[in-house]
Amino acid sequence: MTESTPDLPVSVSAASGAIADSDESNNTDGANESVITTRDLSVFYGSYQAVRNVDMDFGKNRITAMIGPSGCGKSTVLRCFNRMNDLIAGARVEGTITYHGQDVYADDVDTIEVRRRVGMVFQKPNPFPKSIYDNIAYGPRVNGWKVDSMDDVVEEALTRAALWDEVKDKLKESALALSGGQQQRLCIARCIAVQPDVILMDEPCASLDPIATSKIEDLMRELAGDYTIIIVTHNMQQAARVSDRTAFFTADVDDHGVRHGRLVEMDKTKTIFTNPSDPRTEGYISGRFG
Amino acid sequence: MTITEPLPSPSAPLDRPLLKATGEPLRERAFKWLLWFCMGVGLLTLVVLLTYVVIKGWSRLDSRLITNMPSSVLPETAGAQSAIAGTLWLMTFTAIWSLPTGILAAIYLEEYGDANRWYNRAIEINILNLAAVPSIVFGILGLAFISRGLGFGPTILTGSITLALLVLPIVVIASREAIRAVPQSIRAGSLALGATQWQTVYRQVLPAAIPGIATGAILALSRAIGEAAPLLMLGVSFVQFNPDGLMSNFTALPVQIYSWTTEARPEYGTLAAAASVVLLIMLLAMNSVAIYIRNKTQRRW
Repeated sequence: MTESTPDLPVSVSAASGAIADSDESNNTDGANESVITTRDLSVFYGSYQAVRNVDMDFGKNRITAMIGPSGCGKSTVLRCFNRMNDLIAGARVEGTITYHGQDVYADDVDTIEVRRRVGMVFQKPNPFPKSIYDNIAYGPRVNGWKVDSMDDVVEEALTRAALWDEVKDKLKESALALSGGQQQRLCIARCIAVQPDVILMDEPCASLDPIATSKIEDLMRELAGDYTIIIVTHNMQQAARVSDRTAFFTADVDDHGVRHGRLVEMDKTKTIFTNPSDPRTEGYISGRFG
Repeated sequence: MTITEPLPSPSAPLDRPLLKATGEPLRERAFKWLLWFCMGVGLLTLVVLLTYVVIKGWSRLDSRLITNMPSSVLPETAGAQSAIAGTLWLMTFTAIWSLPTGILAAIYLEEYGDANRWYNRAIEINILNLAAVPSIVFGILGLAFISRGLGFGPTILTGSITLALLVLPIVVIASREAIRAVPQSIRAGSLALGATQWQTVYRQVLPAAIPGIATGAILALSRAIGEAAPLLMLGVSFVQFNPDGLMSNFTALPVQIYSWTTEARPEYGTLAAAASVVLLIMLLAMNSVAIYIRNKTQRRW
């Protein structure tokens, strides 16, 4: 179906350089090569405009956090990037989203290809009711890849997701027997196995305990060397800890009392958390609003 | 809600010990009795029926039933071999026609069809109504369109197509329920990895729905195996040979049981009871298979 490139981009340096990278990118201007760009993006569910006029740029190999109160459209925007909103009846997108300059919503775009290149990790870990091995192998298999050794693909993906040592002796056991945090790392490994270059994470730690959460956060910092990561989170400390850039969303109430999500500002995480330009951002971050 | 009478404080003097039970209120007990009673009615009726049939047919529950052909002249040598064989043929082809069709229709309605389109809603309402149509009406349909219209006659082919149409709504409804019970997160996870919709259905949804689909399929076939009315309508009756193909005339157990009960001699009543036991055993065997499949493939999420 697609090109067969079984060799995963394994980088050992990502782990050691993670923290330094993060500081550096917080100090440099965020506008390096933009992987995903939105211009004047609005999302509708039927006639209801859930999000209006969002302009964003997601830099290559950066972690961008999207924060804001419930119902402000963060997840809605996130699900546009890999066209998962297509699955919701009545969902419609206006404006443009580009991936490396190509319109994601153009008529001749193959949604399968979009989803392979823009992977996604969901709020609740959703491993398939299969073995750990088959969970990882699923992506390469459905994409019809000819790989020399599926075992190697599985090992590499699990290693990258920092799960290999915990599961290497029980690859044939059900993925559902893993703990919640392990399941979520399995989902990340499963995503990595199809070699995306963007990973979307929709509140990936919402159902996890603090220890599992911190493992996922460490993993995100490690992966940032090779992947562009966009994370929606309700946890502001998490956004502050892991992200290079932060986008703050809020919901406006229009004349008819209807709520519409909108982007307030997007900047380096340090700036958003210490010196935001919009008073609403400061209010939310300091806990006075939202 | 306003609390008009506050709970007594633990330190206040009471007319009875604070945590002493006051017994189960009458209506709680009455409701429990009602539940027991209703369950008892159902269970007792079944036990009485089964016992009656087994006792009545006991003297003829032997190998003659399986080795001999039916006879309306000599009850002591009469068996039900052609009826048992006919029922097995009939069930095999009813399953072949109805299961793939029903399961694929359910997949369309659940996974592909847009529930807001009028034609999908029309199909849905139709299927629900079809499930409630009396079986004799399917018999008339089979007689008019399949037996006479297509000229197939009272054959295994006509009988199995008629029964397949009869149980198709049940297969569709049960399969839809099973497919709907598969969590949406599994579909999302599969699609997000670049799987196509068919890959998602075939590799994730169907395997997860198998227990429910199998249960529904066996329930549908259990309904079909006991049907006499549509087969009588088709003109299926007494034959003394086993079917040898789709275009073969045949008889089936319910038809044979029915025709024996209409005979005057009491020996035939005994034979009918014995044949009913055989039918029940076949039914129980099918249900056991369903339970086995369900236990074998059931998953937790």
